[in-house]
Amino acid sequence: MTFTEKYKDEITEILSRYPVKRSALIPLLYVAQRDQGYVAESTMQEIAHLLRLTPPQVYETVTFYTMFNLKPVGKFHIQVCKSLMCALVGSDTVIAWVHAKLGIVPGETTADRLFTLSVVECLAACGTGPMMQINDDYYEQLTEDKLDRILSDLRSTGTSPLKTGPFMWPESAPLERGA
Amino acid sequence: MPQHELILLKNMMQPGYTGSLVDYEKTGGYQALRNTLGKIAPPDVTTLVRKSGLRGRGGAGFPTGVKWGFLPKDYQGPRYLCCNADESEPGTFKDRQLMERDPHQVLEGIVLACYAIGAETAYIYIRGEMVLGSKILERAIGEARAAGYIGKNILGTGINADVWVHRGAGAYICGEETALLESLEGKRGLPRIKPPFPATHGLYNKPTVVNNVETLANLPHIVNRGPEWFAAIGSPPKSTGTRVFCVSGHVKRPGNYEVPMGMTVRELVYDYAGGMRSDKPLKAFIPGGASAPFLTPAHLDVKLDFEHVAAAGSMLGSGGVTVMEEGTSMVWAALRLMEFFYHESCGKCSPCREGSSWLVQTLRRILAKRGRMEDLETLLDLCKNIAGRTVCAFGDAEVAPIQSTLKHWRQEYVDLINEAEAANLIRPEPAGKP
Ligand SMILES: Cc1cc2nc3c(=O)[nH]c(=O)nc-3n(C[C@H](O)[C@H](O)[C@H](O)COP(=O)(O)O)c2cc1C
Ligand code: SF4
Ligand code: FES
Repeated sequence: MTFTEKYKDEITEILSRYPVKRSALIPLLYVAQRDQGYVAESTMQEIAHLLRLTPPQVYETVTFYTMFNLKPVGKFHIQVCKSLMCALVGSDTVIAWVHAKLGIVPGETTADRLFTLSVVECLAACGTGPMMQINDDYYEQLTEDKLDRILSDLRSTGTSPLKTGPFMWPESAPLERGA
Repeated sequence: MPQHELILLKNMMQPGYTGSLVDYEKTGGYQALRNTLGKIAPPDVTTLVRKSGLRGRGGAGFPTGVKWGFLPKDYQGPRYLCCNADESEPGTFKDRQLMERDPHQVLEGIVLACYAIGAETAYIYIRGEMVLGSKILERAIGEARAAGYIGKNILGTGINADVWVHRGAGAYICGEETALLESLEGKRGLPRIKPPFPATHGLYNKPTVVNNVETLANLPHIVNRGPEWFAAIGSPPKSTGTRVFCVSGHVKRPGNYEVPMGMTVRELVYDYAGGMRSDKPLKAFIPGGASAPFLTPAHLDVKLDFEHVAAAGSMLGSGGVTVMEEGTSMVWAALRLMEFFYHESCGKCSPCREGSSWLVQTLRRILAKRGRMEDLETLLDLCKNIAGRTVCAFGDAEVAPIQSTLKHWRQEYVDLINEAEAANLIRPEPAGKP
């Protein structure tokens, strides 16, 4: 089944949100990536056809944004933030831990294709660094012990209860503050 | 420490508050909408916002009511509101909390703004990585639509305002308002040359307002309690209301603290964020996100409002306050931020595209103790040739870390270079060196 057939209703719904078809491009690319784990060239062509664009118009957009994968990545895509605020509280150490535990450096995937490691720029969690995103979820205030648990949870169940829920930090603010 | 009232974070601080529609309505949510739609004329809502003195919380601090006033009065076609939820400025993490913990507060602000400017469609452009945030917003929009606060014929008034979540896909530059519009149109996020401004030629070339999440979240409160109430908070007349400051770095209790504008950095860091995490004293801080120049302990009593921070040589920006302790290398810190800017430059203008790469390479060389004294002039020269010569304000932002660290901590650069030169005295010149 083609992409267009498989997601017919979802595609119609997405198109209905915008007065101009091209605006649906990024949302449709997300649907494609959710389906395949990356955006294949054939899907780009289908999307181009759907939106009455040329394939290069789709390609130039896909390649501008860092969140679209042009080739398959591991089942769990670990993305460690390395921007200044996280670096001040130890993000480089987190990258070293991942390397020590999984034997991969940024850009690499483990041989079993479970984990891909990337380093990324600020993910809006700077007060709870060091942090990483794995697939859709954030994991914050990382320690080595926490990282071990997350990796083993992912291996065994595919998800981890250590992921962040609706964000708030500090958790309940009217604490005893300051001196 | 004087106690002050929370405005934006108040609901979410209540024990058990989930951010659902029921919880939000219990705290008086959507009353502002009920009391405004069809009851106050749209231009009067704009006047009210102008009187409150509310200024944009996204970075530039432009007065919100004035911005709305730029939309053409007699234009018949569609207009758009874009809620800027791209929040990618390193050091900033407040919009995420506002959206994930109290989404209806943001949505009520969005519908009020739509009403004031006559927009029937709003897009929330949320950064792609915030998957949870976008799901929470979508659920909240569903609840609000079912309750008649969003969609067609809102509360039977005949007024329409639809709200859609649109996810970005990982590009810092899409927080810049015209890049955001390009991205929303399905293109690469390259900033547009201004003028024309979005107020006349925005999304799909139609009149458009772009406002930050926190800016919009203030609107229900301004409507409920009146512009005079809001205008008295903070540092009137120019910096009114509160700011949700995001404190990060070497403090005991990093996090989001909502305080009236005009509080000093010292109070924010020591009273709220618990002071330094170790016995090392504060060495440097950034008052407004990665784009704001670094300041020193001598600036600890600077008031955190637009004017005072600007007078101190930096900017209030996005409200991200990053604190660094003694022992942090300022050359290293400048390089970390510069690597960010290098990675995120959209490449449209050559001074920014090429300059950012040169700046990173030069800083790396100095930090690796392979620098020369001329490198300092090169750095400053490069900065001078980027700032003010680019399509968007990114160019001014990217030179801030280097210019400010060179101004306040030049000696650290000099020491690294001296070490390099001392080493070179006993090392033979590599063959072929110019
Ligand atoms: C490089 C760059 C990045 C920006 N990123 C953001 C952002 O992530 N969020 C935001 O609200 N504003 C951002 N802005 C500011 C927007 O261009 C715009 O001024 C703002 O969204 C207007 O809303 P406000 O008036 O409510 O502040 C950025 C500006 C520049 C130049
Ligand atoms: S200043 Fe940089 S980010 Fe802005 S438009 Fe030019 S190249 Fe792009
Ligand atoms: S610096 Fe890492 S999340 Fe912001």
